[in-house]
Amino acid sequence: MDIRPILAALRRHRLATLLIALEIALACAVLCNACFLIVSRLDLMKVPSGVDESSLAQLRLDCDGCNESDLNARALSALRTVPGTQAAAVVSSLPFGAPSGYAGITLDPPGQAERHYGTVPHFYAGGPAAAEAIGIRPVQGRRFSSADFQPSDGAWLPLDAPVWITRPLAEHLWPGKNPLGKDFWSDKYHFRVAGILDHLAQPEPGARGVATAQWSIFLPMAPGRQLAGNYVIKAAPADLPRVLRDARAALIRAVPEGVLDLDQSQTLGDLRHRYFRNDRAMAGMLVGVIAALLLVTALGIVGLASFWVAQRRKQIGVRRALGATRSDILRYFQTENFLIVSFGIGLGMVLAFGLNLALMSHYELPRLPLYYLPIGALSLWVLGQLAVLAPALRAAAVPPVVATRSV
Amino acid sequence: MFGYYFDLALRSLKRNKTLTALMVLAIAVGIGASMTTLTVMRLLSGDPLPGRSQHIFYPQVDPDPANKDSDEPYDELDYHSAVDLWSAKRADRQALVVSSPIKVAAPGSDVPASKLDMLSATADFFPMFGVAFQYGGSWSAEDDARHSRVAVISADLNNKLFGGRDSVGRTLRLRDKDVRIVGVLAPWRPSPLFYEVAGGRFAHGHTDGFYGKPEDVMTPFFTGMDLNDGNFYQFTCWQVPERPGYLKDSPCVWVRLWVELADAGKADDYRRFVASYAAQQMALGRFSHAGNTRMRNLTEWLDYNGVVPSDVRLQTWLAFAFLAICLFNTVGLLLAKFLRRSGEIGVRRALGATRGAVFAQCLVEAGMIGLLGGIAGWLLSLVGLWLVRHQPVAYADMAHLDVSMFAVTFVLAVATSVAAGLLPAARASRVAPALQLKTL
Repeated sequence: MDIRPILAALRRHRLATLLIALEIALACAVLCNACFLIVSRLDLMKVPSGVDESSLAQLRLDCDGCNESDLNARALSALRTVPGTQAAAVVSSLPFGAPSGYAGITLDPPGQAERHYGTVPHFYAGGPAAAEAIGIRPVQGRRFSSADFQPSDGAWLPLDAPVWITRPLAEHLWPGKNPLGKDFWSDKYHFRVAGILDHLAQPEPGARGVATAQWSIFLPMAPGRQLAGNYVIKAAPADLPRVLRDARAALIRAVPEGVLDLDQSQTLGDLRHRYFRNDRAMAGMLVGVIAALLLVTALGIVGLASFWVAQRRKQIGVRRALGATRSDILRYFQTENFLIVSFGIGLGMVLAFGLNLALMSHYELPRLPLYYLPIGALSLWVLGQLAVLAPALRAAAVPPVVATRSV
Repeated sequence: MFGYYFDLALRSLKRNKTLTALMVLAIAVGIGASMTTLTVMRLLSGDPLPGRSQHIFYPQVDPDPANKDSDEPYDELDYHSAVDLWSAKRADRQALVVSSPIKVAAPGSDVPASKLDMLSATADFFPMFGVAFQYGGSWSAEDDARHSRVAVISADLNNKLFGGRDSVGRTLRLRDKDVRIVGVLAPWRPSPLFYEVAGGRFAHGHTDGFYGKPEDVMTPFFTGMDLNDGNFYQFTCWQVPERPGYLKDSPCVWVRLWVELADAGKADDYRRFVASYAAQQMALGRFSHAGNTRMRNLTEWLDYNGVVPSDVRLQTWLAFAFLAICLFNTVGLLLAKFLRRSGEIGVRRALGATRGAVFAQCLVEAGMIGLLGGIAGWLLSLVGLWLVRHQPVAYADMAHLDVSMFAVTFVLAVATSVAAGLLPAARASRVAPALQLKTL
């Protein structure tokens, strides 16, 4: 179809054309970026925790002034007697629970003049059988032996401990090198890498930026001081809610002087769900914005196209009388809409990138991937064609006899 | 004249109901979205202490030996610096503040013991931050000095434990010690919980935790130290503390000091005092550097911590982009609507109406659409705020449309629609009378 007459006609409606094109451009920019924001949130929510989430629950008990060894013994024996419990262990914290220890690490021993600062990973400490219970095993390196479970120094961790670290953290600390056997320090504490984990998310993955979500360290420690009161139980996923309920009751019975932290005593699935509730709400809101945006844009196209059709009734009648078919008229309006929307999209892509640059500088977002642009363009083209369909059909229905009427 | 235009506008709106509905809907949706986010934004970025915040200051010194003079000091103070600055009594009012979790029970109440956050502060806290009491009052400076076993509780906790009755004189069990309740606060919900704000620059925009509720139990600072030693959390440490939780002599920062200074002169004096304190500590060998002391006022401190969550700021931008799209839409539709009436306008012009009159009439019509859009937008913002209240965020309970935001809704709706009407109205008023009459 020849587009020259359409362009000529549009030139007579420059203002209205420009307005629709601008609306499309803004819609395109917001649409691309909102979609990108949604996908980023959904990606973040899918972060692998590295542990066997569906069959785990955490129980946290505050017991001021309790003897830690006695507390652990009472709690663990109570938890292990709950029918359905497959394993119970002491662990300082779990992904999506309350964090137990972020600390800065250095790659040189203390006392060195020039110290190489590593980063601030999260330290998980687990008692015997904790690693097996939560389902983490090194893909490289060795498992922990019973001799590896040393008591804390009274303040934090054992002074010298073998650790497992995640691959992303290893790659950050020693890029391109084999991390097994490497040493690092935190204050006076010395650690040696004994194994590499694929994944072990921080308790608050993404809270310090998405890149750091997996920067965790897991080390063996004998339960007692600095490792008490936080337990993990494992059960078949179907049994887990019941086992957790019974385990809470058993724990209260076994340690009546303690206070069970109900907020933290949940299945890992529930903890994950709660951790991401803001992101879920934000993604939902963005979906709402996109829906409303598309609706408003479509309504605008419908309104203006209807006006144009009404204004051109006589011309349409003349064209029909001169032999144009209904589909010619239909195609005319659809091509016209396609041209305007394309113009808007062209402008919108530039705007989308501008908006993304602004978001990048203010909200630490990554760059908008290029493939969002064709997707955004395609959806606006489809939307435009659908919106113009009803007015265009009405135009096509104009009978040729209109040409002979005076108005 | 206005009445006549009003009548004309009403008739015109009734004539083409679909187009009118489309425009009202577009304005309403745009206004609803932007008013919802604007209300939340105003709630979160407001001044928590109107009229006082410019007199409230947050001094900082830097005890970390590894830092340099060019670094920002930590967001909180170590115990010794905090207590030294406080004891010097160089400000009009001063309050040490620290919070810690503690087991709380009320003897004689059937509510089971629970772990709550306890705020420990010195006596000036209440008058300095204008906190009102429902029953009783705050403790005195002597209570601070004597480590008195007294407490103030929140209205919420008083409702929970004592059914809202006057509980002054009753006993509360904190950890394993008894304290006497001396006051019950009137409902108090500062936004943000400004005296707890710290570390915002490390939060990557996840700051909605700053909008939580105040602590339910409050004790004198040194009483809190006695009651809950071993259960304190550090903001950060430059060395692992010898005994975790016992932070008095630790290489950790964990205490906050707020001071009130009536005027700029006093603020300058206090700044010099903080700097000279740091220099003196450096001379004594406790600090390794003295250059990075800071003293921001409350507003500056909240800005520095970027308290408004990035999600909320993002939503606000989105809502205004959305309003802009709705506006373009309305401009287009108004253009269609006015130009469709070119014939009618031509007749009016031919009968002697001036361009200005046509322009004014078109704007009145646009304004009426704005008013209708405002009403619908107001209803939509009520729905929007209802949605916000059901979000899992710390500030959810505070999201309400107040009278001023109600007014802003209509002003914004009418202003945007009149702005949207300017261009179409100008176009319509330029319709040449003769040309239109000819086609009739």
